[in-house]
Amino acid sequence: MLSNAQLLQLAIATPLVAAVIIACGLPKRFAVKLAVVAFTAPVLLALWLWAQFPAVDAHTYSFLSTTYTGLGGLGITLKLGLNGISLPMFLLAAIVGLAAGLYALRSGAERLKLYLVLLLIMHGGLLGVFASVDIFFFYFFHELALIPTFVMIGIWGGRDRSYAAMKLTIYLTAGAMLSLLGLIALYVKSGANSFDLIELKDAIAAHALAGHTQTWIAGLLLLGFGTLVSLWPLHTWAPLGYGAAPSSAAMLHAGVLKKFGLYGLIQIALPLLPLGLQHWAWKLALLAGLGNVLVVGFVTMAQRDLKHMLGYSSVMHMGYCFLGLAALSTVGTGGVVFLMVAHGLSVALLFLLATSIHHRTHTFDLTEMGGLAQKTPVLAAFFVAATMAGIGLPGFANFWGELTIFVALWKFSPGLTAVAISGVVISAIYGLRAAARVFFGPPSEALQRVHAQHPPADLDWREKLPALLLLAALLFFGFYPKAISQPVDQALAGPVAAVKILPPR
Amino acid sequence: MSTELLKAVAASNDWWALGPEMTLAVGALLLLVLEIFSPKKDLRFVPPLAVFTLGLTLITVVANFDKTWGGEALFGGLIRLSASGQIARVFFLVSSLLVCFLGTICLPRARVPRVEFYHIVLVVTAALMLLAQSNHFVMFFVALETVTIGFYILVSYYRERTLSLEAGLKYLVLGALSSAILLFGIVLIYGAVGRVVVDGVVHNGFEFGTVFNFLRANPDNFLATAGALLVIGGLAFKIGAFPFQIWVPDVYQGAPTPVTAFLAVSSKAAGFAVLLLLVRVFAPLQAVLVPVLSLLASATILFGNLSALTQRNTKRLMGLSGVSHAGYLLIGVVASFSQSAAAGAVWFYLFTYLLASMAVFGVMAYVAGPDDSGEELEHFERLAKDRPFLGTVLAIGIGSLAGIPPLAGFMGKLLLFVAAFQAHLYGLLAVAVVGVVISIFYYFGWIRAAFFESWSPPAPGTAPVIHPVAAAATWAGIATLAVLAIATVVLGFFPWPLTSWLLR
Repeated sequence: MLSNAQLLQLAIATPLVAAVIIACGLPKRFAVKLAVVAFTAPVLLALWLWAQFPAVDAHTYSFLSTTYTGLGGLGITLKLGLNGISLPMFLLAAIVGLAAGLYALRSGAERLKLYLVLLLIMHGGLLGVFASVDIFFFYFFHELALIPTFVMIGIWGGRDRSYAAMKLTIYLTAGAMLSLLGLIALYVKSGANSFDLIELKDAIAAHALAGHTQTWIAGLLLLGFGTLVSLWPLHTWAPLGYGAAPSSAAMLHAGVLKKFGLYGLIQIALPLLPLGLQHWAWKLALLAGLGNVLVVGFVTMAQRDLKHMLGYSSVMHMGYCFLGLAALSTVGTGGVVFLMVAHGLSVALLFLLATSIHHRTHTFDLTEMGGLAQKTPVLAAFFVAATMAGIGLPGFANFWGELTIFVALWKFSPGLTAVAISGVVISAIYGLRAAARVFFGPPSEALQRVHAQHPPADLDWREKLPALLLLAALLFFGFYPKAISQPVDQALAGPVAAVKILPPR
Repeated sequence: MSTELLKAVAASNDWWALGPEMTLAVGALLLLVLEIFSPKKDLRFVPPLAVFTLGLTLITVVANFDKTWGGEALFGGLIRLSASGQIARVFFLVSSLLVCFLGTICLPRARVPRVEFYHIVLVVTAALMLLAQSNHFVMFFVALETVTIGFYILVSYYRERTLSLEAGLKYLVLGALSSAILLFGIVLIYGAVGRVVVDGVVHNGFEFGTVFNFLRANPDNFLATAGALLVIGGLAFKIGAFPFQIWVPDVYQGAPTPVTAFLAVSSKAAGFAVLLLLVRVFAPLQAVLVPVLSLLASATILFGNLSALTQRNTKRLMGLSGVSHAGYLLIGVVASFSQSAAAGAVWFYLFTYLLASMAVFGVMAYVAGPDDSGEELEHFERLAKDRPFLGTVLAIGIGSLAGIPPLAGFMGKLLLFVAAFQAHLYGLLAVAVVGVVISIFYYFGWIRAAFFESWSPPAPGTAPVIHPVAAAATWAGIATLAVLAIATVVLGFFPWPLTSWLLR
């Protein structure tokens, strides 16, 4: 019987190994079956690990394992493990990965095998990101997941794919290089001579970094990670990239991979550089509050293209996450983790449904749609539910994330809280308006012509299955938030994980 | 050198220290003899014989890797074997093996003599290996000139093509200029160290140890500082560093592809092997050299990347992007003034650069028709569809050059960046990051040409341009390229085979 640590390794290795096997020339019939297994196994293993996660005394990492890769002299080892913050993210990656994989199987993409290989590599990388205790491999797995994104946009992308892929690559490489510099700076300045997060924490607990050192390292990390999470004004790659990306790639990137930066700030910057973050907190909050929430919120309202609208709305929701982080409190940080999971599920669902809508309308232009609810009621129900989740209606997981962030933000700045809450109104306006334009009212003339040639069918079970999976997870965490909040609380309150949140000012 | 010394050397076992170089020289001469005595049809055994000689030498070097004669100076102070010298030997041998492989692809397409190419490659390899072991400025200069003269011939090897001849002429003129600069620097140092009267044989102003002792005692000596700067200027030509990079695009474009690869990899690595040796000799001049080299590194990175942005010709692109790689490597050289571990990082980077460049040059050799100097990015369109294997190798090679994880090139950059951080070179790091981001544009453009635009229809109203399909790779070619690509991927995930050896 395998130990839990080995099961964790297995969960990450399964998609990667399956990708290699398929790439070596497995016939398509078997490739599809193998892909289903490789997308399903991580979810089952993640659920098992979640059940096994120690309910008490979870202050440090569980399921630890260490593999030597030849950089021991630099203090780099492949160290895997999960703590209370990474557990929900790991589960998120597994669920969205399964949904994206199932949806990819029905997409009928040209060169399906290559598509599956890239998606599996991306999935394996994502799981690795959240299970890495070593911050070098944390970065490494992120890049491993990022490369397939570029290629998928370049090959299977829609409009402007060449330009979008190039822009995405340049922005994200710049962000990744900056954050890599920040991570190396931590490694050198901490004196731990190790990229192992546990050893870094010990070293910094023994000798805290000087204030100005913390400030510039935190600045590097915020700039680098901020670009990756589309912090305003470095967000312009996101709507364009998601607009062009094939649906499964958009689901995985917007849903999971983009959370890498926030996750890094919470797991690395918050415990190691509290003074540095405190220095930047106000500037970050202003950028996120006025830029991401307000400006991008209005920009989102003005979108006519469904996919661009979803891209901008995900940029806007990242603003809430930055605000929760800037509050520098246990409550705020917990809220960010909660919202990351919830937003990951809901945005993945929306991108999935957007592609399903496109199959039935042959356009993303909101003004050329209408009346789809009569013909595809199930699709309409899913879309309205996902929109409600995005707005943060109680009953969906997003509600808890936004609520806790607002509570934490009130102590930080009531003014910004008002801005953030007005953002909810904005997202209600564009969300509901999009739902109304797509599904209700009279269908446009162009749409009637399309429907005359291709009568629209409602969702088939291969689309329903991944959509149901995501919606069920959203509702489950909405009605049983303890599933996430308990491990997160433990990790944030624990003395060893030591998120030494500063006293409220 | 007196006859007693020669006798003493002959009586000792010191000759064994140069066994690998002598094997290569014998092999090279053997090739010439073979050409005279064997009928024309037997000349097809020439490339395998050259490969065999190189392979045999590689095996003996690896087998005797730790045998460095205790690091003592041999041949009256001319040669000193060291661990880094052994690493350099392995590097140059592997590189030359791959150059011979490229030669077997490219040379049969042109009407040129075959034997001489392999002969010169073997001689140049031996000289490169001697260069990395040198402990004496005379040895250093003679070895370097042997390399350079070999390259003068190789660059204009396609003697019926104007571009190749033009490249050869440019390389000759600028190479001679750089040799003159280098020699002038050596003479200035010699004059400053000031022992014109040779007392004994080993204590003279050419020997690295003597120069180091002199500089340590007189770090402010103007003549010696000027000499050191001139020597570094001469070397900057070899590595293609700013402001001596001006020859790179033209010569890379005109030279036959195997020679371009040889220049890009071995010649550049030779410059860095020597720079790493000289860092120890010139260490007392840090106060002057570190700012100068830092300036050189920043300018090289920026120039290389910015000028590569607009290139469509693949060989010019490789040349100019190679300039930027020289800039990143110079950061490692600067860091090695204070961090001795940085030398290992430089070597690691060079090895990853070797694997990736050779993979890309291999694909370029197959894609190019008989005239390889006019190869443009457009020729790579549809490559991924027509020749998926070559497309994959190209993507891996370029990804590694761009430093994208999880490929080996990323590990190389990471090690260099860590070394630079430890040496507090923050400004250089910032420049390097800017350079890496710029480089994404042109490297990515190449991958885009090979992969993404294969499926796009031609613009309406224009006739589609059909480029000839790339030549199919032979099984030996497939095997070699596959090894290069797999090594690049594996070393990215699992760098242990190199790190355990270079960073100990």
